[in-house]
Amino acid sequence: MSLGITVSGLSLDYGDTRAIDDLSFELDGGKIYGLLGRNGSGKTSLLSMIAAFRRQTAGQITVDGNEPFENAAVTSQICLIRESGDVFETDTVKNVLKFAADFRPYWDADLAARLVDRFELPLKKRVQALSRGKRSALGVTLGMASRAPLTLFDEVHLGMDAPSRYAFYEELLNDYLEHPRTIVLSTHLIEEVASLFEEVIIIDRGRLILHEPADEVRARGVAITGRADAVASFTQSMDVLSTKQLGGTSQATVYGALSDERRRDAAEAGLELGPVPLQDLFVHLTDNKRGDR
Amino acid sequence: MFDDRSPIYRQIAESIKSDILSGALAEDSQVMSTNQYAAAYRINPATAAKGLRELLDEEILYKRRGIGMFVSPNAQEKLRAEHRQSFFSDVVDPMIDEATTIGIPLSDVIDHIQRKDG
Repeated sequence: MSLGITVSGLSLDYGDTRAIDDLSFELDGGKIYGLLGRNGSGKTSLLSMIAAFRRQTAGQITVDGNEPFENAAVTSQICLIRESGDVFETDTVKNVLKFAADFRPYWDADLAARLVDRFELPLKKRVQALSRGKRSALGVTLGMASRAPLTLFDEVHLGMDAPSRYAFYEELLNDYLEHPRTIVLSTHLIEEVASLFEEVIIIDRGRLILHEPADEVRARGVAITGRADAVASFTQSMDVLSTKQLGGTSQATVYGALSDERRRDAAEAGLELGPVPLQDLFVHLTDNKRGDR
Repeated sequence: MFDDRSPIYRQIAESIKSDILSGALAEDSQVMSTNQYAAAYRINPATAAKGLRELLDEEILYKRRGIGMFVSPNAQEKLRAEHRQSFFSDVVDPMIDEATTIGIPLSDVIDHIQRKDG
């Protein structure tokens, strides 16, 4: 089961501050989406409204065609895991899991037990006594084992160490393959998870910058390597994001896809073309110094 | 696992092609499913599907409804013919350039090849 999301003209104000600014997009559902944005770009606000934790100032959200706010039929299908955890600090890990098992309609106890084991979660400890990494692992376990048709992870994995993060990516992908559903993962550390995304949504200052299949986003950047003078003349009128030089060789990262003709020109000039990491394109697209685009 | 030089789906297609060329994947044998590729390479299944779709379009693979994807009967010969076409531009020409750069006379290269052949 998978739920689609439609967001139209969505805005959210905190007092005088506009956190989400006239945002519109549509997700078909059944895919793994990457929600990318810098700190403070509005990722948490957006996910909180989709999960009905918070009401919007203006605009509309529908999940599977229905508004989620104060609508139990919809919210029971949604699981949002935020970095804060949204669990009782004085509860033990065991009780937190038991509560989720009672409360979550699609809870998979076997999966929960396996994740507890893999992340070495101490069942008897209270949440407040957990390290940041273990607390994140608890959030990940709750989100995964809930197996909600719409599962939202808000930067929850960032507190984990690298081996645990990679374990999370592996578990997430394998479970998604067995139980396809709509998963949204927000992060600003993109490279490690980029290969999991089918579509990417980039927001900045509460506005939509881009929503495209991940492969198409990647195709928007090209790294051009070769003799410094050849690279310089080839990239003369292009949007060059960065240049690296090593002796007589240089590599320029440019924004914008190359036509077949330009690719032939590059080959004739002895230049090598390569892909650009998603992270570099993200940095470019959300660099405020470049102004509005 | 990936060298970052080409899109992931193309690398999957290339690795299947090289298995077919080497004979590791025989004609009419079944290739892994999209989900198996996704799990093995830790990538989104849509990305894996894109690589397999390329091979279906090139008729290197064919589909049996409800069962999976298989290596086409003439796939190896087809790939060999393609590689023969690009052999001189992709392999021999760069070798000649390299030999020239480092000062090996082409006659030495030819001698070497003839010794290997004999």
